[in-house]
Formats: sequence, C-alpha cells, structure tokens
Amino acid sequence: MTDSDRDEWSAQIFDQMIDAGVTLFSYIPDFGNAKIIELAEAHNEAQPVLLTTEEEGVAVCAGADLVGTRGVLCMQSSGVGNCPNFLSLVKGGNFPILMVVSMRGDYGEQNPWQYPLGQAVDSLLEAMGVLLFKVDSQEDLEPAITAALATSGKGGKSAAIILTQRFIGAKAF
Amino acid sequence: MSVATIDRRDLLAKLIPNPDDYLIVTGLAGAAKDAAELTDDGDNLFTMAGAMGAAVSMGLGVAMSAPDRQVLVITGDGELMMNMGGLATVASAAPKNFSIICIDNGVHGETGGQLGHTSRGVDLEMIAKGSGLTSVMKVTNDDEIAEAAKFITGSAAPRFIVVKVTDGPTATYKRNMDPTACRLRFRNAYLASV
Repeated sequence: MTDSDRDEWSAQIFDQMIDAGVTLFSYIPDFGNAKIIELAEAHNEAQPVLLTTEEEGVAVCAGADLVGTRGVLCMQSSGVGNCPNFLSLVKGGNFPILMVVSMRGDYGEQNPWQYPLGQAVDSLLEAMGVLLFKVDSQEDLEPAITAALATSGKGGKSAAIILTQRFIGAKAF
Repeated sequence: MSVATIDRRDLLAKLIPNPDDYLIVTGLAGAAKDAAELTDDGDNLFTMAGAMGAAVSMGLGVAMSAPDRQVLVITGDGELMMNMGGLATVASAAPKNFSIICIDNGVHGETGGQLGHTSRGVDLEMIAKGSGLTSVMKVTNDDEIAEAAKFITGSAAPRFIVVKVTDGPTATYKRNMDPTACRLRFRNAYLASV
C-alpha cells in the first residue's frame, strides 16, 4: 500500500458517496479515512464533523436522516466498540446508517491491543443490525461501495464498508 | 450550592413560547415527556426512550443538515453527561441554528431519584464553556426564564442553557414511543415542508 494507492481508493470511496448524495462525513481520525476527510474538507457540499467518540457519529447520521440528508461515520475498527448503545437508536428506529470501518487487528496486526475489537467488529455490527460489505482487494472496492450505498439508501438498512488489512495493509511497529 | 426552586412543569412553555418554530430532539425520560406535552407530541419532535446520551449528537446532525431551521435539543443532566464529548463536537462544528437546553434536576428521576453528578459538584455551565461553547446561560430561578427565552432567540448560536429545577414530577404526557413511527412522522413532515 503506497500513498498514491490510498489516494486512489479514498477518492473512489468519496466520489461514489458524493454521487449518491452523502454529504455529512462524521469521523474519528484514522489512517484509513484521513484522505477521505481531506477530500470532504475541500468539497463545497460536504460537511466533515470531527467527533470525540465514534458513537456520536451514529447519532449525528441518524439526525441527518431525520431531515433527509445522508451521512457516513468513518472510523477505525477499535471505534466500533463505542457504538452499540447509539446503534440501539438506529436499529430500533430503522435509521439507515452508513459506515466506513478501517480495520486493525484482523490480518498481520502487530499491536496485540487491536485484536479484541478487531476480531469483534463483525459480531458487534451484525448484532446491531448493520450489514457488512468487505473490501479485501481493489476488485472488491467499487462493488462493495455500490452495494453499501444501495443498502443504506433505498434498501433502508444500515451498512458498513469494511476496509480490511488485506486491503489497506498492516501498520508496522 | 444554591437550592433549586423552578418547577420543571412550568418551564418549557415559558422558555419556548413558539415550539412550532423549532425542530426538536430530546433525550429520554422526563425531558421527553415535558417536550411532548409542550408540542402535543408534534411532528417537529423526536423523543427518545433509550440510547441514553444520543440527544445532543442527534440534534447536531439535524442542525447541520437543516441549516434553514432552528434546532433545539432538550435533555436532562444525566443524559447529557453520558455524552459530554458531544458538547465539544457542537462547539467545533459551530452550527448557527442550534440550541441545547439541559433540564438539570440533579437526580436520575426515571430510576428512582438517585443523586446524580450535578448534585455532587459537577457544574454543567462550566463544562459547556470548557467545551468551547461561548453562548452559555445558567437559570436558577423563575425570574430568569424570560431572559433565557430571549437568549435562545437572540444570542449567537450554538447556545447552551442549563436550568436548575427541583426534583419534582415531570409532565405525565403519554407520547408515541415507537421509534420507527416517530422517525417517519418527523421525516415526512420535514420533507413536506421544504
């Protein structure tokens, strides 16, 4: 994974989201969403929202939906552990929330602290009614984004694009 | 510490004389009941009965996405304190159409009146200011409510008002507690208005 690779897939994610009408980009900074947020900061219609904890982004996106705006929550996998309480609002109220989760602790991870939540991401999100769209390779990227946007759009279900460490690589320590 | 004297049942009608002017999100329990009575559970209101802590963040999402409308969060001290970081996010995002009203009774009224942190020294006015909010007001007696009503319409947004109330009963209004129905009610009414 080079910087230009990351620039390319970040632009792919951002462009598809803008084309689908996603304008509110809530986030906790991570390697996996840094370029996406830079693009949001530079875009006329996009609004980036820096959070203090990932669960805030769940509620921010639900609030956006209340007035017909599409939002996304961009976070590292460790942040998924902060979300279930507010996902009860999303699951109970059938709010279609969109997420981009950049993985740690799933493939080649060298930081043992990342494994507990990295390995729990699927179970946590599925338990709270969020459908998963995994990206293991460049070939997966466009169809996964397309599917997640459809699912959380007309599909009316919450969806998470999961950028795995097979795709984004493992951080060296 | 000052002793609260405001009866919360007399508060919102004085503080928000024109509730139809707002899109309103509330936290759970007493704040939800009080706001439902204020609006007759109107279609400009989304009340929670769970997801404790989510009200400020949800209201922020509404405010940033409906910049032409005034947006109000009404919540309690316990609910607010479950997501105090949300105040920092509001200050950073700085929406120009957003107000937060915290009805601070100092107890967890819904679960039996157990003392909360604001009864043990936590000062939400200082926390709001320390989070970066600059339009901050504390209301401790009935005589200040009219001034607070002007503050909501006249001061620079985002705004934060904490109202110290007695730990007496809330409104008894029976609101719709189906979150899916409430989402659609709010959403459809808003989209029909724009």
